[in-house]
Amino acid sequence: MSSRLLRFEDWTSPVPPVRREVFSALPHPDEGEPPLLFVPGLGHGGWAFREHWLGHAASRGFAAYALTPREHGSLRAYMHDVVQVAAGLPRQTVLVGHGTGALVVAHALARYPARAAVLAAPVLHGRPALGAALRVNPLGTLPALFGGALTLSRKQLFSAEAPDAHLERLTRTPAAVARSLVTAPEPAAPVGSPPVLVLGSPDDRVVTRKALDRTAARYGGAPLLFPGMGHDLMLDAAWRDPIDAILDWLVKELAG
Amino acid sequence: MHDTPDIADRHDAVCVIGAGASGLASVKNLREQGFSVDCYERETSVGGAWNWRHDRSPVYAGTHLISSRPLTEFPDFPMPDDWPDYPDHARVLTYLERYAEHFALRDSIWFGTEVVSVTPVGDGRWDVTTRSTGGGAERVQRYAAVVVANGHNWSPKPLSADASAFRGRIMHAAAYKDPAQLRGRKVLVIGGGNTGCDIAVEAAQQATTVWHSTRRGYWYAPKYVFGRPADQVNAKLLQLRLPLRVRQWLYHRTLRLTVGDVTRYGLPAPDHRPYESHPVVNSQLVYYVGHGRITPVPDVVRLEGSTVEFADGRRVEPDVVVTATGYLPRFDFLAPELLDADEEGKPDLHLHAFARRHPTLAVVGLVQADAGLFPLAHWQSVAVARWLRLRDTDPERAALVQQKESTRPLRSWTRLHVVPSSRHWFEVGFTSYLRALGDLLDRMEATS
Repeated sequence: MSSRLLRFEDWTSPVPPVRREVFSALPHPDEGEPPLLFVPGLGHGGWAFREHWLGHAASRGFAAYALTPREHGSLRAYMHDVVQVAAGLPRQTVLVGHGTGALVVAHALARYPARAAVLAAPVLHGRPALGAALRVNPLGTLPALFGGALTLSRKQLFSAEAPDAHLERLTRTPAAVARSLVTAPEPAAPVGSPPVLVLGSPDDRVVTRKALDRTAARYGGAPLLFPGMGHDLMLDAAWRDPIDAILDWLVKELAG
Repeated sequence: MHDTPDIADRHDAVCVIGAGASGLASVKNLREQGFSVDCYERETSVGGAWNWRHDRSPVYAGTHLISSRPLTEFPDFPMPDDWPDYPDHARVLTYLERYAEHFALRDSIWFGTEVVSVTPVGDGRWDVTTRSTGGGAERVQRYAAVVVANGHNWSPKPLSADASAFRGRIMHAAAYKDPAQLRGRKVLVIGGGNTGCDIAVEAAQQATTVWHSTRRGYWYAPKYVFGRPADQVNAKLLQLRLPLRVRQWLYHRTLRLTVGDVTRYGLPAPDHRPYESHPVVNSQLVYYVGHGRITPVPDVVRLEGSTVEFADGRRVEPDVVVTATGYLPRFDFLAPELLDADEEGKPDLHLHAFARRHPTLAVVGLVQADAGLFPLAHWQSVAVARWLRLRDTDPERAALVQQKESTRPLRSWTRLHVVPSSRHWFEVGFTSYLRALGDLLDRMEATS
C-alpha cells in the first residue's frame, strides 16, 4: 500500500523529460467524446496505430492519439510518458495498450484515473510470453537473453493475410528494455475503477489463450476474441473488426 | 432548481465548499466514489488561492512554488515534466484549470455562490444555506455530508504590535501584488515565514532600503542542494527512514556547508532545531543580506507616527510596512463547536481532516507540511470519499474503522516538536502523515 501514497522514487529521481512523438487524428466536429491514447508494445511505434486505427476512431467521433515510446526507456519511463500524454489531453482519456504496451497501460492505470481502458493482445506476464517467443522465433529471441537485442518475426506478429510492408518498420528492442518488461511486478489496482476491456486472438503466437483468459479474469471479464488474426490486431488484414468492437464497447460504457 | 425558501433535499449528494486545489480534488474524488457533488465557490472561477484575480488570493506577481514539482503535483495528474522544478503561480493556476477541465469538474461547481451557514440536521445530514455573491435570496439545501475546502491562507493574522498610531503605509502581505508597490521606497517587511522572506527578497531588488524583522532566527534552506531541489534530497533521507536526530544532524551539516553560519551575515541564530519549524526555503535572502540590500532587525515593539521601534531599541522610518504575519483559518459558516475549535479558533480534527463528533463533516487541505499541499489534499479527499462510501455500504464496519481510528496516536501523524505558534497548528511531516492516511485507506479497503 504505502508505495501508493509514498512515491519516493518519483520524488527523489523523477523520470527525465523527453520530446515525445505523438500522432493524432481528430474528429470534425468534436462532440466531446473522451480521447483515446494508443500505446504500442516492443518493436512498434505510434505508426502502428496511425496506419488504420487512428483515422477510423476519428471517423467515428473519437479524438485518437498514438504515442511512440522513448528509445531507451524502461517500464517506469514508458508509464511516465503515457501518464504525461494522457494528463496533457483536454479530457479524461481512454488508454488503449497493445502487446507489452498493454502492460505499460496496466501500470499507468494505477497512476492515472483513465475514463476506460483497453488491453489488446496484452503481454502482462513476461515469462509465458518469453516462452512463446522462444518457441516461435528462437533466433530473434535468444540474443535478448544474453544482452543482445530482441527481434520480432513476421510469423510471431501477423496472420498469413497481413501485408508484408509493416515488417520493415519494426525496430529491434534493446535487451535491457525487454528485461524491464519481462521482470515487471504485477500492476497495482487501477485508480478510479475504470471499465477495462480485454481482447485478443486465439491464434496469437505471442499471447497464449491461457494468458489472455488470465488477464481478462483479472479485470473481471472474458476476453473478446478475433479468431484468425495474428498478434498485431491493428495491422492485420481484418484490422477493422477489433477497433469497431472497441469503439462499440466504449460507446456502450459511456452511455451507461 | 428554483429560488425557494423550502429546503431542497439533495439526498445522497455531498456539498463541497470551495473550488481551489483542495475543493477540486474533493469534487473529483467524491465523484469517483459515485457521489453527486455540489461545490460552492464564491468567486467566478477555479483556483482559489492560486488565482490571483480572486479577492482572497495571497499570491503576488513573483510567487513561485517552494516545493518542487514532483512533491507538489496531484499524484494522479502530473504537471508537465518539461516545466521547471519550481513553477510560478501562473503555471500552478493553469494546472488547476486543466485539472478542472480534464475531469469535467465545472459541471459540479456553482460559481459566484457563497456559503452562509452549515448546520447539522441531526441524522448526520446538513442544511447548507447559500447566497449568490451578487446578492439575492438565500437558499437552503440538505446534504448527506459536507466537505469544507475553503482554504486557510486568506484571513490575515493581525500584527501583535499595536499599529493604530502609525501614520505610514502598512499592508498585509495578502495585499502585496506587484514589486512596483515597493519600488524606490524604504520598506520594512515583518515576518520570517516563506512569504516574509520572499517579499524581503523582492524588496531588495526594488526598494531603496529594506529592513526584515523576524521574531526568531531561522534555518534558511536553499532551494537547491547538491544540484537537486532541496525537498527531493530531503525526501531521499525520509526514504531511508533515518531517525529524526540523524536527519537534523545532516540538515545542520548541509546548511553549514552551503549557506554557512547565518550569524556572520548579521542574522539571528535559529532558536530551535531543524524540522521544529515550518521550513523556510529561500536561497536569496542570505544572499541579499550579504550584499547589504536587506538589513535584519528583531521583533517590532512599537509603531507610532512615522517610526517603527524594534526590540533592540533601534528605530527606523519606513515608507511602507509589509506585514507577512501569516493567516488564521476561518470557518464563518460553521459553529466553532462543530470542529471542536478552541477559544483561539484552532479546530481539533482527527488527522486534521475528520470532525471528531460529526462523521459526515470533513475539512480538506487544512495541513502545513514539508512538501506541497496538493498530494496531501488528494489523499485526504480520497480517504473522506471512501469513508463516506463505507458508511453507506457497511455502517457496522465503518463504526469499527472509526473506533480503531480514534485510538491512533497523535505522534504517528502530526509533528509534536514544533515552535509553539499558530503557524504550526497544522504542521505535519508529510511522510508520516501520508503513512497514517494510507493506513486508514487500507483499513477501509480491507473491510469494504
